[in-house]
Amino acid sequence: MAQLTCQNLTLKYDGKPIVEDLNFTIHAGDYLCIVGENGSGKSTLMKTLLGLHREYNGVMETGDGLKANEIGYLPQQTIVQKDFPASVKEIVLSGCQGRCGWRPFYTKEEKQLAMKNMERMGILALENRCYRELSGGQMQRVLLARALCATQKLLLLDEPVSGLDPKVTAEMYQLIQRLNREDKITIVMVSHDIAAAVRYASHILHIGEWVFFGTKQEYINSSVYRGFNKTEGSNNLAEKTEEQAAGRKDVRE
Amino acid sequence: MSEMITIIVGYLQYPFVRYALIVGVLIALCSSLLGVTLVLKRFSFIGDGLSHVAFGAIAIASVLNLSNEMIFVLPATVFCAILLLRTGKNTKIQGDAAIAMISVGALAVGYLLMHLFSTSSNLSGDVCSTLFGSTSILTLTQGEVWLCTILSVIVAGMFLLFYHKIFAVTFDEDFAKASGTNAGAYNLLIAVIIAVIIVLAMNLVGSLLISALVIFPALSAMRVFQSFRSVTICSAILSVCCALIGMLVSIVAGTPVGSTIVAVDIVAFLVFCLVGNIKYHVTFRG
Repeated sequence: MAQLTCQNLTLKYDGKPIVEDLNFTIHAGDYLCIVGENGSGKSTLMKTLLGLHREYNGVMETGDGLKANEIGYLPQQTIVQKDFPASVKEIVLSGCQGRCGWRPFYTKEEKQLAMKNMERMGILALENRCYRELSGGQMQRVLLARALCATQKLLLLDEPVSGLDPKVTAEMYQLIQRLNREDKITIVMVSHDIAAAVRYASHILHIGEWVFFGTKQEYINSSVYRGFNKTEGSNNLAEKTEEQAAGRKDVRE
Repeated sequence: MSEMITIIVGYLQYPFVRYALIVGVLIALCSSLLGVTLVLKRFSFIGDGLSHVAFGAIAIASVLNLSNEMIFVLPATVFCAILLLRTGKNTKIQGDAAIAMISVGALAVGYLLMHLFSTSSNLSGDVCSTLFGSTSILTLTQGEVWLCTILSVIVAGMFLLFYHKIFAVTFDEDFAKASGTNAGAYNLLIAVIIAVIIVLAMNLVGSLLISALVIFPALSAMRVFQSFRSVTICSAILSVCCALIGMLVSIVAGTPVGSTIVAVDIVAFLVFCLVGNIKYHVTFRG
């Protein structure tokens, strides 16, 4: 059974439909990348999956033992957070908030869970450091550790590598891949980076002018991917990845 | 020095001075608690806006000849606080513009009403004392002191009880909502608490200077401390100290209470800026 099923999902913004008739399913252990042009409704779709945006028609249901509040979320960083005086530990621990309900304080188990997730993300040494003094990559690890406190099953990542330099970006992608492969956490990622999407994801959802949902291989062979690459024009990296993925050796210029 | 202490001890003989100190300390404590949250949520000016609303409400209450102004002022201010914090996102008028609109509107209407219907012979004196607090802190009755104490205890208790939730909602509202925290309810709680604090604090510093009481301790603490908990604790202690020093100075020197407290807050802010800079250089350059 699927963890998340969307049928005939139409997303609206201010009453106007922006994405129509989406059909897709996410199974446990999938790595789904949601790609598309700017303004195609990627972020709105993400907010809908999280229950933050409620203007939609169609069916969206969770299954396979996944409850609606067991989704871990890695949001894009906000301006507020840039100068927020909070220690790494406080932020990671706040990921446990969802399971608290009306209980005002954290339990010992929740504190241990926070420590475990900090260790998992390699930020245990930063425990008492102030969030605003960290580098971009470290900040993302903190937020990822927080998201892991909220879920063991499904992570939603909103542009997790935006603003990071290439080396840190690669590390971030590997970290996410490890969570997917070793810890069997389902990944749903919104991304601009089509090259990385076809490299790491198992499934692709492309929204915008063309809509596509399928496995990575189906996507690479689809006209949507080729068409998108053509309109992007300068996206050489994506083209190269396409070549590699297709197993050809003669790289066009 | 010993002379000043004698003077202060002399003043402490009077119950109204003791009441003023108790109420002042409690209000300073409460207002600083939520200051950190409001500064971080970019709502620094909500204190100002709400205090103007409270001013307008007081004007209406005095026109209606209500014996106890609180009955009308508190609900009206709470209502506006909810309205302001709610408008944050999905309305046509953005948060800061909404605050500006309501605050200036309330101020104007309040003064207009007072002017049209006031029976007092000293209108400008009344207005001035509402805006700058002046002496009303020294004319508190025992009942008002009790009311203030009870409300302060409730505010501080709520803050302690919901501390972790307020942190989660302040740091990342979307994440909190997504992981099942009822962020709307906590925003509402923050709005109600801040409105109660504002109405209480009007006695102490008057409606024009309340923002200072809310934001200065938080801003000062943020210069030096690095975690939410230490910033909150520091701003509470700092706020109480500044209020106490300010009140004592104003009693001895005969200066207006509200503006003296704010002046002490400003000095503390400058000191903390300096300390923050030195700390930064020691950590990163030395």
